[in-house]
Amino acid sequence: MTRRRLQAWAGLAAVALLLDLPEGSAAQRAPLVAAAASLNPAMTDIAKQFERDRRLRVEVVFGASGTLTRQIRDGAPFELFLAADEEFPNQLAAAGLTRGAGVVYAEGRLALFAPTGSPLAVDARLDGLATLLAAGGVTRFAIANPEVAPYGRAAEALLRKRGLWEGIRPRLVLGDSIAQAAQFATTGNAVGGLLAYSLVSSQAFATRGVYAVIPPSEHPPLRQRMVLLERAGPITSQFYEYLQGAAARRLLEQHGFTVPK
Amino acid sequence: MDWTALGVSLRLGVATILILLPFGVWLGRALAIATFRGKLLVEALVTVPLILPPTVLGFYLLVTFGARSPLGQAFQAIAGQALPFSFEGLLLASVIANIPFVVQPIQRGFEAIPSEVRDAAACCGLSPWQRFTRIEAPLAWPSILTAAILAFAHTLGEFGVVLMVGGNIPGETRTLSIAIYDRMQAFDDRGAGVMAATLLVIAVGTLLATTALSRRGVRRRG
Repeated sequence: MTRRRLQAWAGLAAVALLLDLPEGSAAQRAPLVAAAASLNPAMTDIAKQFERDRRLRVEVVFGASGTLTRQIRDGAPFELFLAADEEFPNQLAAAGLTRGAGVVYAEGRLALFAPTGSPLAVDARLDGLATLLAAGGVTRFAIANPEVAPYGRAAEALLRKRGLWEGIRPRLVLGDSIAQAAQFATTGNAVGGLLAYSLVSSQAFATRGVYAVIPPSEHPPLRQRMVLLERAGPITSQFYEYLQGAAARRLLEQHGFTVPK
Repeated sequence: MDWTALGVSLRLGVATILILLPFGVWLGRALAIATFRGKLLVEALVTVPLILPPTVLGFYLLVTFGARSPLGQAFQAIAGQALPFSFEGLLLASVIANIPFVVQPIQRGFEAIPSEVRDAAACCGLSPWQRFTRIEAPLAWPSILTAAILAFAHTLGEFGVVLMVGGNIPGETRTLSIAIYDRMQAFDDRGAGVMAATLLVIAVGTLLATTALSRRGVRRRG
């Protein structure tokens, strides 16, 4: 092919791509749901089940609750927000960006996780972690950033309660979200981490290591609230109802959440 | 493989080039040929995005166009949607981030044209526009193409700004580089791997193309 023809084809391709632009615009797209990173395996299943049951689709985007809150305040086009705590949705409600105050849909649990081959022995009281820390064997330990991720905040509270916070602080690696903390903990760069039970109990984690679930009395409760946002449409309202129904509750429980009565 | 994300990346790359190229040719040529007051300042400003952390650009875009700023509210009232977290917002960020990648190669290209050639063309009675289309543009063509390819490839690789002002929305702001990050967080290493390999192939292909182009440019002049 001559150069000139090549250029002509490149130009045509470019124009064709651009003409494609208006397609898939906001109007016909599935409504966007923002969900805390700890919900990744659970919400993926629930959205699929919703699609099967109701023949309706929602698109779920995951991130740290604090990051998503910031994005919603900056005008991100989400219609429903499922946080990993109550504080972030309450902030949005106070700012007048929500429709109502929402409901608590689940309570989350923390788990101490150690990847395969790690010297860390996992137990619910963190005795193994304390021993390893005293012996200088903790190279890196992963939690989520307490400022933007509720599971990080709970992890900090737990480590403080156990008197390990000051000692482990220089060893901490902070994930932007609990999912990134989990990433750090599994890729062998850390001896372990305090992660969401809903993540470490998922299929993807089955072969990656061992964990111990932390009793909920050990840290401030991870009550997770969801709120409809200003721009919520009819499909999202249906999904919001669906999340409080039996099918969704069962899936949440399967993924390690406690569901309120 | 997330084809939607690849589509967003490609559209972003093409749109960035289409907007920046005419501007780049105009400014690059002006910087190469003209002498004017404040030229140094303009050259510095053009280079700034090259060394500026993408987070700085992201921060200013959010502060300027976020739903809480007056400008952002005005934009939202007109367009019905906030500029951040939309394809248009990404495009704006991408255009700004790519200015040096487009202007600098084009400037070098026009600088490489000896001034005698331009003078001769003027003596022959060619108008400024004819001089540009018949003499300068063909000579600078390899540089212009290099600029386009560089901007395209750089757009595909952009991550920081997209993460900050994009918000990972499928079909809108989830580019291929964001999709890789997203898949990693979902522990879908296979999905991330396929997309990472795709970007790697595109990057190597781009470098091959630019290198081949610059070689040809040198040969022709030499």
